[in-house]
Amino acid sequence: MTESSAITPEQVAHLASLSRIAMSEDELAALAGGLSTILENVARVNEVVGDDVPATSHPIALSNVLRPDEVGATLTSEQALAAAPAAADDKFLVPQILGEE
Amino acid sequence: MSEFIAKSALELAAGLTSGEFSSVEVTQAHLDRIRDTEEDFGSFITVTDDLALATAKDVDDRRSRGEDLHALAGVPVALKDLVVTEGVRTTAASKILENWVPPYESTVHLKVKAAGLPVLGKTNLDEFAMGSTTEHSAFGTTRNPWNLEHVPGGSSGGAAAALAGFQAPLSVGTDTGGSVRQPAAFTGTVGVKPTYGSISRYGIIAMASSLDQVGPMGRSVADAAALHMLLAGHDPLDSTSLPDPVDDFVALAQNGTLKGKKLGVIKQLIGEGYDAGVRDAFTAVLDVAAAAGAEIIEVDVPSISYALDAYYLIMPSEVSSNLARYDGMRYGLRVEPTEGPVTAETVMAATRAAGFGAEVKRRIILGTYALSAGYYDAYYGSAQKIRTLVQRDFAKAFETVDVLVSPTAPTTALKFGAESASDPMALYLGDVATLPANLAGIPGLSLPAGLADGLPVGFQVLAPAREDRRMYAVAGPLEAALEAAGSRVLDTLAEGLTK
Repeated sequence: MTESSAITPEQVAHLASLSRIAMSEDELAALAGGLSTILENVARVNEVVGDDVPATSHPIALSNVLRPDEVGATLTSEQALAAAPAAADDKFLVPQILGEE
Repeated sequence: MSEFIAKSALELAAGLTSGEFSSVEVTQAHLDRIRDTEEDFGSFITVTDDLALATAKDVDDRRSRGEDLHALAGVPVALKDLVVTEGVRTTAASKILENWVPPYESTVHLKVKAAGLPVLGKTNLDEFAMGSTTEHSAFGTTRNPWNLEHVPGGSSGGAAAALAGFQAPLSVGTDTGGSVRQPAAFTGTVGVKPTYGSISRYGIIAMASSLDQVGPMGRSVADAAALHMLLAGHDPLDSTSLPDPVDDFVALAQNGTLKGKKLGVIKQLIGEGYDAGVRDAFTAVLDVAAAAGAEIIEVDVPSISYALDAYYLIMPSEVSSNLARYDGMRYGLRVEPTEGPVTAETVMAATRAAGFGAEVKRRIILGTYALSAGYYDAYYGSAQKIRTLVQRDFAKAFETVDVLVSPTAPTTALKFGAESASDPMALYLGDVATLPANLAGIPGLSLPAGLADGLPVGFQVLAPAREDRRMYAVAGPLEAALEAAGSRVLDTLAEGLTK
């Protein structure tokens, strides 16, 4: 993987689609170059660790705690909708989600 | 320069308590200073004059009634615009949140309000805290008060410039890979990244959740310590918040001694890649520490060589996940595509294209790549294992020394536009000395180490996780020893700013 960490604009286009970011051809090309440089530098991470090293996902070892399930104060729907780009009938108004067919 | 502007936060607190002056006077002096200098420094995205003066007046009234107040009541503070403030626009320096007025309160702002600190405003940052120059802000340029042609560092660049420009005596920043310590180093101020979980992240706009930590900033170690004490403590609203009691960091900073303390110089964080001026200033601080009775030992933290690589995989991975919430549906910007069908998916893509800046997009794409099927184990998985190695190496090093030390950054503040678009790694390398602490969750502090070519150099002190007290007990007396030895960086600054 270290030799072939170069990223093509086509790959970036796929990643941009997964990330829901519309991008121009110029942006895709520029990002492909920048990402290749970064990956060339960081790709060696898998060369220095063996299977015997456990992964750390959280810096401080804490056990998960649950609070009592009590009803507390929440935002009113008016407050929750106040910053919405569009709202109607006490709900968020969103563009069409399902296809026509 | 108004007499109030040059005072430390603790001096202001003492004067307020004794009734020598009022919070309204102090707050107004800082607001005047902001008005007079903001065109030069550009530290703030939003200045909250009315709110600050209302708080100041309220504190003055309560004090005159003899109410029991917090030690810092009436001392103004600036908040990085990544801290959610109910009813006050919070932008994260991003166009996607340009007009967002939060309907809820962060724990940090809640504590600041409860203690009666007037909030002067919201300071500038790199968009969503991604960057180390504050150039990646959608809300204008912040300049380094030491030299307006240089960046203030970042991402808490506005927070640091507000301190160095004497616009605020205290600042709240955030540190994901050095975003409090590096701008502190670049501006001759003090910046602290506490142990992960020391200060609640509830209401701090998330960048990389396993690395983000709120950081108190001031113009002295004791000032930063006082703000740390105010902000720290367990918060049921943040499940990663530590249940530990809060130590008296101010007393530790003021009463500590260097005598017999073992300072471990991290071998991997000095030498190649570090400016000669930075190395000289760092060595000079070690000499002062040694003269004050500290023992200087060179220590090996080998995995630090790979920490940068691991960080630049873990951080963007968490970024790509955290920033998925900006979808243009519930709050923030919404942009419809100019051509083609208007569906939820195309609106999200158009919104995120228009709302995010180039660096944010780059990190989202990089993180999406590192987390995608087929690459996950090699990149994200390996990076998490390196994180384990870094923690182990730090733990081993702390068996032989009290604290670890290094220059905070390899260079002094860069000039504007130094970043090369084609080589993002060149700028990322500037985080090499600070980000290991975020990977390991340990506390770190940067204090002024003198000047190199007229620009400040930072000296970093690292302590084991949940041992923030140790960091203050060294940094406090070290600052005092440096001042006794004639290195008062802030005096230079204060004189330079008196026009």
